[in-house]
Amino acid sequence: MIHFHEVSKRYPNGYQALRSVSFDLTRGEMAFLTGHSGAGKTTVLRLIALIERVNRGHIIVGGENLSRMGKRRIPYFRRHIGMVFQNHRLLMDRTVFDNVALPLVIAGYSHQDVSRRVRAALDKVGLLGKERLNPVTLSSGEQQRVGIARGVVNKPAILLADEPTGNLDPELSREIMTLFERFNHFGVTVLIASHDLSLIRAMGYRMFTLKNGTLIDADRMTAA
Amino acid sequence: MRDVSAGSDLPRSRRPSWVEKRLTGWALWHSQCLVSTLGQLANTPLNTLMIAAVIGIALALPAGLFVLLDNVQGLSRSWESAAQISVFLKPEVSDAAAAKLAKALHARPDLAQVRVITRKQAFQEYRQLSGFKDALAVLGDENPLPAVLVLQLAQGQTAAGIEHLLAALRQQPQVEIAQFDLDWMRRLHAITEVIRRGVTIIGVLLGVGVLLIVGNTIRASVEKRREEIEVAKLLGATNAFIRRPFLYTGLWYGLLGGIVAWLFVAITLGLLQAPVRQLAALYRSDFSLSIMSADTLFTIWIVGAFLGVTGSWLAVGRHLAAIEPS
Repeated sequence: MIHFHEVSKRYPNGYQALRSVSFDLTRGEMAFLTGHSGAGKTTVLRLIALIERVNRGHIIVGGENLSRMGKRRIPYFRRHIGMVFQNHRLLMDRTVFDNVALPLVIAGYSHQDVSRRVRAALDKVGLLGKERLNPVTLSSGEQQRVGIARGVVNKPAILLADEPTGNLDPELSREIMTLFERFNHFGVTVLIASHDLSLIRAMGYRMFTLKNGTLIDADRMTAA
Repeated sequence: MRDVSAGSDLPRSRRPSWVEKRLTGWALWHSQCLVSTLGQLANTPLNTLMIAAVIGIALALPAGLFVLLDNVQGLSRSWESAAQISVFLKPEVSDAAAAKLAKALHARPDLAQVRVITRKQAFQEYRQLSGFKDALAVLGDENPLPAVLVLQLAQGQTAAGIEHLLAALRQQPQVEIAQFDLDWMRRLHAITEVIRRGVTIIGVLLGVGVLLIVGNTIRASVEKRREEIEVAKLLGATNAFIRRPFLYTGLWYGLLGGIVAWLFVAITLGLLQAPVRQLAALYRSDFSLSIMSADTLFTIWIVGAFLGVTGSWLAVGRHLAAIEPS
């Protein structure tokens, strides 16, 4: 589903974020990207979502070579990818419902479909009944769950999460990770960047460890 | 736009059918956008009113001047149609000869009416109106006034035609003076043309001003909604999707500005009405300012809407590309 081949990324300011990174993530797999901050975890996710372009090597997502994808097709490509952010990036001037509905509105769903799917997504993250609230009034764990609901509401093939538990205490983190596991069980390919080693080791999924932009620990199965 | 999933193993995102997409999706989303942008503007009424007022003033100035110019030109046209040529005959020409000449002139197609003021009539009129009754009594029966023909021009005479007619009249041996004050009319025409040109230039400049005002306002609101735009882009929004609400906002600004402009012009004309009537009364005219026509109103609206949409298009186009998710 996600295939990195000798991918290098250097930012315009000269910072070399990734050096020749290769890995494969099969359809329906769940895996973690780990490493110290600045190691390149976020860059990997940004390259998959086409927020950044590779300098060398290539990335194939769902059979599409991202290097060959034109600018105009990027929005449509992104609709297949759910994204969850550390600071959740919710729009605080809108209700929970409107936040979760945004990907559907963008994709042009009808009113009834939007309403139905938003409720279903909020139900899955355990926030049904809070759709009329403003995200500001929610706890940080709940806000992150709204962010996850928004990430999955469009039923994406791939779910990317960048430090989704970065601001949460261990118990809430565990809860959030369980949520991701549940979506993975539904067949969504999940890639999570996290430095919460103790938590992710315990979960027993594949881990890609980055150090200074190089993959040092690829494809190692970490049994609990 | 081609679906990315075609030929790939990504599951197809829901693609509505063509008709469904065209009708429900497109129309629905546009009407939603139209209403929601208006709602947003209504949420900041003071700000909206101020921008609408600025646009309104910028539109009202040229629109108002054009309406006044139209009035002046309409007025000069009405004077022109009522224009007369006074033909003073030589003193030795008898009343009978004058009547004969009048009859001959009446046959001309460029004259609607020919009235004869006989020497006697002229003398009586003069005695009554001039206030020199007693002084004139000294003259006894000696009448120093000539007979006069008052020629009413036919409708739609050009300046050249009138000039031609005057020349023909002066050729007549009985005619002493043929008088038609064409020059002041020509001057008025020339002046209104100059003013019209000037108003057009002012209008264009103010139009550019409106573009900049709307552009700047939209630019500020793009900047204010930067986070929202970035998130929408991350969630797969096309530039067209993001641009749309801003274009509608620009449209609303233009339309609201058009209403304000209309109000300004209507109020101004209303305020000018009484003094203009007084002025007209001094000239024994029942002239009154014509109010704005539906055409003018419609034009103001169209121009306002066009400037609003164009201004926001320019601003959004420039700034949207610069906002990429980070």
